[in-house]
Amino acid sequence: MSPSETEKNPAVTEDGDYLPGTHPDLPPPVFSRGPIGWIRANLFGSATDAALTLLAAYALYSVIPFLVDWMFVDAAFEGESRKDCRAVAEGACWAFIGNRLSLFIYGFYPEPERWRVDLSFVLLILAIVPVLYDGMPQRGKAVIYSYLYPFIAAWLLVGGFGLEYVPTDQFGGLMLNIVIGVTGIAFSLPIGVVLALGRQSNLPIVRILCVTFIEIIRGVPLITLLFVAAVMLSYFVPPGTNFDLLVRVLIMVTLFASGYMAEVIRGGLQAIPNGQYEAADAMGLTYWKSMRLVVLPQALKISIPGIVNTFIALYKDTTLVIVIGRLDILGIGNSSLADTKWQGLSTEVYIFVALFFFFSCFSMSRYSLWLEKKLHTGH
Amino acid sequence: MADTESLTENKSPIVSSKGEEDIIQIVGMHKWYGDFHVLKNINLKVKVQERIVVCGPSGSGKSTLIRCINRLEEHQKGQIIVNGIELTNDLKKIEEIRREVGIVFQHFNLFPHLTVLENLTLGPIWVRHTPKNEAEEMAMKYLERVKIPEQALKFPGQLSGGQQQRVAIARSLCMNPKIMLFDEPTSALDPEMIKEVLDVMVELAETGMTMIVVSHEMGFAKTVADRVIFMDEGEIIEQNEPHGFFDRPQHDRTKLFLSQILAH
Repeated sequence: MSPSETEKNPAVTEDGDYLPGTHPDLPPPVFSRGPIGWIRANLFGSATDAALTLLAAYALYSVIPFLVDWMFVDAAFEGESRKDCRAVAEGACWAFIGNRLSLFIYGFYPEPERWRVDLSFVLLILAIVPVLYDGMPQRGKAVIYSYLYPFIAAWLLVGGFGLEYVPTDQFGGLMLNIVIGVTGIAFSLPIGVVLALGRQSNLPIVRILCVTFIEIIRGVPLITLLFVAAVMLSYFVPPGTNFDLLVRVLIMVTLFASGYMAEVIRGGLQAIPNGQYEAADAMGLTYWKSMRLVVLPQALKISIPGIVNTFIALYKDTTLVIVIGRLDILGIGNSSLADTKWQGLSTEVYIFVALFFFFSCFSMSRYSLWLEKKLHTGH
Repeated sequence: MADTESLTENKSPIVSSKGEEDIIQIVGMHKWYGDFHVLKNINLKVKVQERIVVCGPSGSGKSTLIRCINRLEEHQKGQIIVNGIELTNDLKKIEEIRREVGIVFQHFNLFPHLTVLENLTLGPIWVRHTPKNEAEEMAMKYLERVKIPEQALKFPGQLSGGQQQRVAIARSLCMNPKIMLFDEPTSALDPEMIKEVLDVMVELAETGMTMIVVSHEMGFAKTVADRVIFMDEGEIIEQNEPHGFFDRPQHDRTKLFLSQILAH
């Protein structure tokens, strides 16, 4: 105890102790706060921690310089063939990706019409903002646009009504992943909510229907469902009717995600104490109002990690369309490898595809963390 | 009906200066949980503005009884008529009754995702279709009555237990109920918070609200109640005005209960 502190506080005994009831708030000791405190607590807390810290540092040291060198320093960004790349650099040959970038993005979408894809991407971002961020001004009106967006996008991409018709089998690349992913994400959440509520319903028919649907969907692999969509569904529709394959895929992917979504949300519903239902009922709220205003906001909040998990899984599963002969970004990459001019560049292709998925999924994950934090109301 | 009369007309006459109209009539009501007979032949009439305290050992069915009045629990036999409407499976009628009957729960049951103000305006806006600004004005009025207007924009999780229970009372009052039910409103509170909630309830009683309170707060019963009801094993054992009830309990089980509860 420093003399100055003792002077400031007269209620101190001769031994330097404070009299009962007069102990002031003191700052914590220096080694338990600030950067030193952080390092001590997180990196060198014990002998094991210290050893692991040093081991990790060594691993990073031996990997990162090599990776940076290969990816950036010794990489070739321009050229017309693998030979051109090798002539200038030993590392990654990004020229391959650059040359084929439009194929990776648009697939086989006709070149003069590609502005429609660009426009629908821009409109998609505008449609997502009001859904994700409730602080924006005029959000109520903006959300109406978000609801209309799927129809606008469908018109833009497929055409008709003044735009040139583009058959969906020309969709491909990243655009195909986004079309399937966004559709699945947008529709699986509401369908999942309805299924989850239906599973808890007091009406036996509704409950049995929902349980059956969920269990069938969860019991069958997505690839099987995609084959069903590609092959079997045509047996059930009258001959001659043209039921677009992409639409069938969209339906299957959405239903598949809905089944999982329903179970995730059911978990959230079960975490809501009975008292919440009772308080809502006791006010005279109808079933749908009490669900919408009291139960679901809380249940969905609890379910955010699971919901986003399902979204991410769905988004990555969009690459499975390869099994029914549609080329998404991964499919385009695979088929590009067959080009004799660029042979042997699979590492570059897979890293590119992996980075695309990683950044999409990582941003979803970050958004969900932000949302969870924002919705936390201190209890 | 004959046994109804004999039960309600107790040995000492019930003194009540209240209105003559029965706002709640329960006649020959039974309830079972599965095979377990929770409420047995309940007969109870409550007059407008009457204040009733229900007490009894735990598991005696007192909470279940008041939860039957707004159909949080379903009865299987007998009649419950609230504000002239008989409770049946008809959802419309249930909702109609629930609009007129407020309930305050032991664990508050505030909506944690809404602010205090939003908790209070939810019912008026979505059930009574009150315009938002009017609902907020009324909510602030009731928050002032329970003495926490400064907490309006906080979330329930940021308040103390006593404050939360006062918000819960204000939330019920915002629906302008004709009857208020209290299900052990102070049993989940720390001792120093019980008084602030009881004070609000006493003030509410003074405004002439019809109240049924399940509680072990005997002080509250003595000062506020028009009638105290003692329940045990699903039956109404004894009922009387507070002085008669506490000073001259008739039934052995009542005497035992009172001796246990007043011992400490």
